Amino acid sequence: MDFPILSTLVLFPIVGMVAVMLLPKDAHGAIRWTAVGFSLPPMVLSIWLVFDYFANFAAAGTMAYMEGPFEWIPSLNIQYLMGADGISIPMLALTGLLTTLSLIASFGIKVRVKEFFAFFLLLEAGMMGVFCALDFFLFYVFWEIMLVPMYFLIGIWGGPQKEYAAIKFFLYTLFGSIFMLVAILIMYFTSEPHSLSILTLMDHGPTLTHTLQLVCFCFFFIAFAIKVPVWPFHTWLPDAHVQAPTAVSVILAGVLLKMGTYAMLRINWPMFPDALRTLGFWIAVLGVIGIIYGALVSLAQKDLKKLVAYSSVSHMGYCMLALGAFSSVTAIAGCMFQMISHGLITSALFLLVGVIYDRAHTREIAAFGGLGSKLPIYTGIMVFFSMAALGLPGMSGFVSEFMIFVGAFGALNKVLVGIAVLGVVLGAAYMLRMVQNVFLGEFNLARWGDLTDINGRELVTVIPLIILTLFIGIYPKPLVILMNGTLEHLIGLMSR
Amino acid sequence: MEFQLPPYSLKMMLPELFLFGWALVVIAFDLVSGRKKESAVGYLTLAGILIAGGLLAFTGYGRGFGNMFFNDPMARFFKIIFLGAAFMAVGSSFGVLKERVRNHRGEYLGLILFSTVGMMFLASSQELLSLYIGLELTTIPLFVLAAFYKDNKLSVEAGIKYFVVGAFSSALLLYGISFLYGMAGTTDIIQMKINLAITHLTFKSIGMTLVIAVVTMLAGIGFKLGLPPFHQWVPDVYEGSPTPVAAFLSIGSKAAGLVAFAKIFVNGLSAFFGPEMLPNDWGQLVAIMAILAMVLGNTVAIWQTNIKRMLGYSSIAQAGYIMIGMVAMNVYGLSSVAYYMFAYMFANMGAFAIVTIFEDKTESTQISSYRGLSKSEPALSLILSIFLLSLAGIPPLAGFMAKYYVFAAAVEKASSPNGVTWLYWLVGVGLLTSVFSLYYYVNVIKQMYFSREDSPYKIPVSAPALAVIVICLIGVILFGIWPEPILQFAKDIPASFGFLAR
Repeated sequence: MDFPILSTLVLFPIVGMVAVMLLPKDAHGAIRWTAVGFSLPPMVLSIWLVFDYFANFAAAGTMAYMEGPFEWIPSLNIQYLMGADGISIPMLALTGLLTTLSLIASFGIKVRVKEFFAFFLLLEAGMMGVFCALDFFLFYVFWEIMLVPMYFLIGIWGGPQKEYAAIKFFLYTLFGSIFMLVAILIMYFTSEPHSLSILTLMDHGPTLTHTLQLVCFCFFFIAFAIKVPVWPFHTWLPDAHVQAPTAVSVILAGVLLKMGTYAMLRINWPMFPDALRTLGFWIAVLGVIGIIYGALVSLAQKDLKKLVAYSSVSHMGYCMLALGAFSSVTAIAGCMFQMISHGLITSALFLLVGVIYDRAHTREIAAFGGLGSKLPIYTGIMVFFSMAALGLPGMSGFVSEFMIFVGAFGALNKVLVGIAVLGVVLGAAYMLRMVQNVFLGEFNLARWGDLTDINGRELVTVIPLIILTLFIGIYPKPLVILMNGTLEHLIGLMSR
Repeated sequence: MEFQLPPYSLKMMLPELFLFGWALVVIAFDLVSGRKKESAVGYLTLAGILIAGGLLAFTGYGRGFGNMFFNDPMARFFKIIFLGAAFMAVGSSFGVLKERVRNHRGEYLGLILFSTVGMMFLASSQELLSLYIGLELTTIPLFVLAAFYKDNKLSVEAGIKYFVVGAFSSALLLYGISFLYGMAGTTDIIQMKINLAITHLTFKSIGMTLVIAVVTMLAGIGFKLGLPPFHQWVPDVYEGSPTPVAAFLSIGSKAAGLVAFAKIFVNGLSAFFGPEMLPNDWGQLVAIMAILAMVLGNTVAIWQTNIKRMLGYSSIAQAGYIMIGMVAMNVYGLSSVAYYMFAYMFANMGAFAIVTIFEDKTESTQISSYRGLSKSEPALSLILSIFLLSLAGIPPLAGFMAKYYVFAAAVEKASSPNGVTWLYWLVGVGLLTSVFSLYYYVNVIKQMYFSREDSPYKIPVSAPALAVIVICLIGVILFGIWPEPILQFAKDIPASFGFLAR
């Protein structure tokens, strides 16, 4: 048997968690470096996977690195089945990269250091697992297991309203999950022979009656839509983002939200093509509402982090619009691009907001002004990512939005897509307003005179993101090739 | 030395007989030793439970006493649960024994053992009267145990309340049994099943009588299980009783009620379930009680400030989940009930053990006094959090596996061709309320972890309590990740109800 790469991705952080827990409580330096050390091999491995898949499997788009099926709980036909393909591999790499960066960005955590890093590694294990699992039960376990460390991370190290935000996040997501559980059980018991393998059930889904397909589709959709979050399921997101510590916001925006769209692409869309054809348009409508709503609300925000949080709602709306235009490979590829690029850009924005918050202890936009003269490097990076977020050509955000619009314009109602394009204008408005109010204008020397510029450690966390944003923006072709085979395959399944 | 066992095979009953004798030994030892050897009595009891467990392993399957006493997989599975619950209750009682029941240690432990014997008899009986006697032997010692802090008002209230309610419900059960006997002419459950069906098909008029029997028996067992509307005693009794007794009550007594329910309803009245033989579909009645239990238990628990009351309401809700598996009435259903009980035992006994040692030290059962505990007792807080998350059903802990299995049983029944579609509603309510339940379980975690203050308490853990906590922790994690051996065992249980193993 080959080396179990995917299981290593999941298990290594768990080993790291145990190692961190065994360290003495006050050895902060050792704890930090152990945690980062244990997050490095998964990161390297997941990035290696990108190159390996690119070289060997990308053209065919097959499921690779399969582990299993191994009997896990034979009484209930539960198997251990892992695999990765062109849509999970970029997500795995994103997870590996962002976890390491977040851990480095968390060196400023002063209280209960040991628990923080232990929970963070457990979170990584859960995220890796979700992107690899090919058995419904396994998928569900990983999906839920992440909620626990997330709850603690927000609840212990969060802002003033951390308890409210933590429980809201936990309850909201669990509420979605129960729908998924019912749908899984229905799929299991209607299939013959009973199976929980996502790959096997892929052929079972279309054989269900239309009503049952609709029910299962909606149940899965609710679970995943809460995670994305699709308007109107988004209300947990601003609370969680604003209260969470910086690193957790990064993971939340960079990886957790993508799990929703990833799961739709992996499970919902190909498994229930009939239901998709019935509901696809309405999903695009929800996406467009999300785009416009998120952008308008962002315009009105006074808090930097809230602004970035609501811009996430808007940006994930593009993903939903693309998913609504499911018949177009360009749109779906655009969705994947948007997931990756939003993961890079918004994570960087959250990191940068954290940088200024650490120094100024406020995130109120109106409190700042003219920071450009005092913090030149920081300002440069922040402006760079603001431009990326509003979709400036040459950066990844532009590529993804362009692909989505091109794809959706052919596949969907043109008026709808036209409205969605307005979101780009609004995006420019809120981002530029923020840049103007924070970095330009008059500098309040009395209040911010002793602010220091971004330091080396913080630079380390954002530079990889700058490079990737630029690379994808200028030369997106490798990424297209990486995913194309898989996407063709998925589109084939969706158009059954 | 050799001696001949009597033909009615006392060997079948060896663990029960041994445990009964051992209870007397424990009481006598306490008296003889002048009530001074606090931990020796406790260890003696624990040893007795372990030996009984060993004897259980050597007692094979079979039947004795003219088909009144069955040793089948179901009996053995539940006997393991009863012995486990007793072991953990006694193990977490050492602090209580040291401080609060100083003068009656032998009786306290002896009564726990007597109650366990009753449960074990119940699990094996295949006949209505011996089943009833087993149930009485289970509950009467528990009345005394609930009132064991005799100078504490709450405890006495708990004892009296439990006694009045318990006696009343036993009477109802007995009344219902008398109707069944009147219609079937036998108290043997398997024979009764056949006779009842014949009587029904012949006369077509036993419907009303059967309904009365079903309703009274359901009320009787409903009291024991704490299913609404017969649940009012639960929070008061849990709050007032000594904490280990409350723990024992929540597992042992509930499992005993479940066994009685399974034997009478799922086995004895199985013919009167579903569209084949109306008008006596007791399944819907039980489903309504289960829905009430889940909704009421889970919502009222949110408002509790006392952790014992909170766990009391949570146990009402958990009973509701278990009943989902019961009314599914399929092969999955019965094994899921058994597995649920097994997983629930670890999580609940573990949580109660920590609540007990916390109370021993701080004399408080308020949830707010757990504030900041994660700083002074990180390990204990983490373990309590794991137990609570298991109760809430978060994977990969045993509680999740149990809920999954129960819901799977119901969906299986509902989605099968001409299935019982109202089970979908039951599943829906169950899942929704399990989201509510997360709130109050996690509330305790919130107190322990999210507060910036430090807790003033350092909690000493005695060796037996530590053993209980570690066993529970291993159980909750191991059987969550690898439940297969228990599932395999539980799979044999439906066969104890002949008709289901088709």
